[in-house]
Amino acid sequence: MHMADALISPAVGGTMWAVSGGLIAVCARKVKQTMRDNLVPMMGVLGAFIFAAQMINFSIPGTGSSGHLGGGLLLTVLLGPYAAFLVIASVLTVQAFFFADGGLLALGCNIFNLGFFPAFVAYPLVYRMVAGGRGGAFRNWAAALGAAVAGLLLGALGVVLETLASGISELPFVTFAAMMLPIHLAIGLVEGLATAVVVSFVTRARPEALYAVQEAGMRRGLWPVLAGLAAAAALLGGAGSWFASTHPDGLEWSIAKVTGKEELSGSDAGVRGELAKIQGKTAVLPDYGFKPGEAEAGEPEAEAESWPAVSAGTSLSGIVGGLMTLVLACLAGVVLKGGFAGRTEEGRSGA
Amino acid sequence: MSHHIVEVKELAHAYPDGTEALKGVSFRIGHGEAVALVGANGAGKSTLLMHLNGYLPTERGEVRIGDTTVTRETVALARRAVGMVFQDPDDQLFMPTVAEDVAFGPLNAGLPGDQVERRVAAALERVGMSHVRGRPPYRLSAGEKRAVAIATVLAMEPDILVMDEPSANLDPRARRRLINLLLSFEHTRIIATHDLEMVVEVCPRVIVLDGGRVVADGPTFELLDDEALMLAHGLERPHILRHSHPH
Amino acid sequence: MGVADWIDLGQMDELGRMDTPVHRIDARAKASVTLAFIVVVMSFPRYEVSALVPFLFYPVALVSLGRIPCRHIARKILVAAPFALAVGAFNPFFDRQPHGALGVPGGWLSFASILLRFLLTVWAALALVACTGMNRLGAGLGRLGVPRVFVVQLLFLYRYLFVVSDEGGKMLRSVEMRSEKGRPLRLRAYGPLLGTLLLRSMDRAERVYRAMAARGFEGEIRELERPSFHFEDTLFVVGWLTFFIAARVWNLADGLGLLLTRILA
Repeated sequence: MHMADALISPAVGGTMWAVSGGLIAVCARKVKQTMRDNLVPMMGVLGAFIFAAQMINFSIPGTGSSGHLGGGLLLTVLLGPYAAFLVIASVLTVQAFFFADGGLLALGCNIFNLGFFPAFVAYPLVYRMVAGGRGGAFRNWAAALGAAVAGLLLGALGVVLETLASGISELPFVTFAAMMLPIHLAIGLVEGLATAVVVSFVTRARPEALYAVQEAGMRRGLWPVLAGLAAAAALLGGAGSWFASTHPDGLEWSIAKVTGKEELSGSDAGVRGELAKIQGKTAVLPDYGFKPGEAEAGEPEAEAESWPAVSAGTSLSGIVGGLMTLVLACLAGVVLKGGFAGRTEEGRSGA
Repeated sequence: MSHHIVEVKELAHAYPDGTEALKGVSFRIGHGEAVALVGANGAGKSTLLMHLNGYLPTERGEVRIGDTTVTRETVALARRAVGMVFQDPDDQLFMPTVAEDVAFGPLNAGLPGDQVERRVAAALERVGMSHVRGRPPYRLSAGEKRAVAIATVLAMEPDILVMDEPSANLDPRARRRLINLLLSFEHTRIIATHDLEMVVEVCPRVIVLDGGRVVADGPTFELLDDEALMLAHGLERPHILRHSHPH
Repeated sequence: MGVADWIDLGQMDELGRMDTPVHRIDARAKASVTLAFIVVVMSFPRYEVSALVPFLFYPVALVSLGRIPCRHIARKILVAAPFALAVGAFNPFFDRQPHGALGVPGGWLSFASILLRFLLTVWAALALVACTGMNRLGAGLGRLGVPRVFVVQLLFLYRYLFVVSDEGGKMLRSVEMRSEKGRPLRLRAYGPLLGTLLLRSMDRAERVYRAMAARGFEGEIRELERPSFHFEDTLFVVGWLTFFIAARVWNLADGLGLLLTRILA
């Protein structure tokens, strides 16, 4: 569900950077205030753990497909919302840096979608409500499943809203949401399952390791809301099950079917496909009514959906110039690198 | 007065789950002594070490570093006097680069930048690791990691060095270097280890722990050569002694 | 995340620790210029292709001067490419209206544009990391105003990435040796495996804390040095920003093309 830079307008990307940056600042202050010095190494090592956990797949019962842990909810259960949000943000940042997983511009969106909702919405409003203080096994499973689903559905909603706010999509909100939510219902169930088995193991092996255990006695008043949420999710799930069955995002075999590759375990194929359709109808940025370069002369401006007519001369020059620049860029690369020999040598040493 | 003396009196400790790890341990280690702490797994070595710098608060008995009893109030003092080298260097080397890691302690002590720099350089020089100062710790070999871990502690200029399994995971050459390094120190040294061959070379005195109690305390050659004693406490008479005492 | 990613991570780490003129540029300078680059690239209208091409100079310069093997970066871009392809591949179907006098359908133009944008943004981001390294980048972010707690978190995570993944890899191998090859874990085995790895990680964190406390840690990690911003760093920032602005305002490729076609005519 990582959004990539190619989907985001600078305005939306910048706004979400500011929002997530603000949240990070708030959480950083809160974590400092707890005075639990041992949180510093704990957060760091758990962030590394999430990375490692994401490379371990398990088979999803009854489907023949496999999935892996995302980790947002588990971190929140272990660390509490503030510290968990920082850890999730750090995991996403490293993923963006090293795997081009989500982009730098989209990082703010991704941190918000995958961090804010599980830590500050799904955990307090769903997980703690359902699990109660020291709930039984069944309640813990229900809590993990419910909270993971809620967190991912909200995150998917975030993706929809951010894409729409980028001014790109021509799809109506309802259609887009109806595509995204069922997929994320499926991902959420997988996430919930993984979270539940790990939490129940830790509960048995070392209950004191769980943060949530420290606070017993939960209010119960949000059941109607929960029931409503569940009903809505079921409805959406039913309506979109045809879709989920053909694009079960996060499930390896679907990707395997499409690409013939078994290795891919990213959870993005279905979303990407869907976003691709939307993207197909749209631009990356609403037209600025601003056409740079020589072609600008006499252009009708400021019509959001009009295409700037380009004369034959400039089009040809565009192609020629573009190709020439490309060649120049390549040449620059070779020259800057100190010749071809140097490059192959580097290539070998890096392999 | 000296900080180089370690005195433990009737120290006992039970974990929250009820396990009694220490049941009244007493010993006194003098200035510049090198003492090995040996015993089978679960004998209480780690628990004892964690008391020496106040990581575990003293519940019963007393731990004295120099003239100071270790309490909640004097923990900072104890930590400055006692340098701890942990078993897994990966736990000890947590900063991005070797130099930053060695600087961690001196910076926490509030030393000014130039003094920190001097200490870092000296400590790395001392363990022969000046050439890796810019490297990240996870790119070091096991031997280099161990040496750097010792440097991080030396940079704090402690009076007492406490080491947990310093020779674990080292290849023979790295182990040999470690032994020479340990022999070159003038600090009071307390070394918890299963490597009895190293003990013979480095420590003139041995304290044997079993079941949370001191079962023997005396000269290394005498105790480690006592086959019955060794076997009774889950240990083994070191090979090196068999050769030096032909029967 | 697969095993190959971990090998990759190790390679990126090695690249990031090299010492070249680009690696020596202050991390703050590289990070802010790269972000500016991505924002400028993404601010172009949707059918723009030729005007984007000059922006290739930035990642090319970073990668070449930073002596980053092309093959390495290219492979990473290819791994991420299916996304760009999927995003763009629908355009030609939805948007068949001929565009411009050459009659290229608009969908193909925007497809090309998306691919180019993708190449540029991904390449620049990867080049930034490969030419800076996580540790310098993290420290740089801290000096750009990112909260210290978060910077420390990034660096700690990165430090223990290799340690924990090693441990996880070993556990996974030991399980795989006793199970059918190639099959993902059953949930019954997955819970204990991951749970054990989790508890071991938490134990490790506790031991790390112990080691920190032993050396006087009281909640705050202090910094050793604060490198200053040099003339070259300023030059790097000003130079590239000037180029980006110029390339955004004028279509440099078009200009070159016009010049060439006129000369030829």
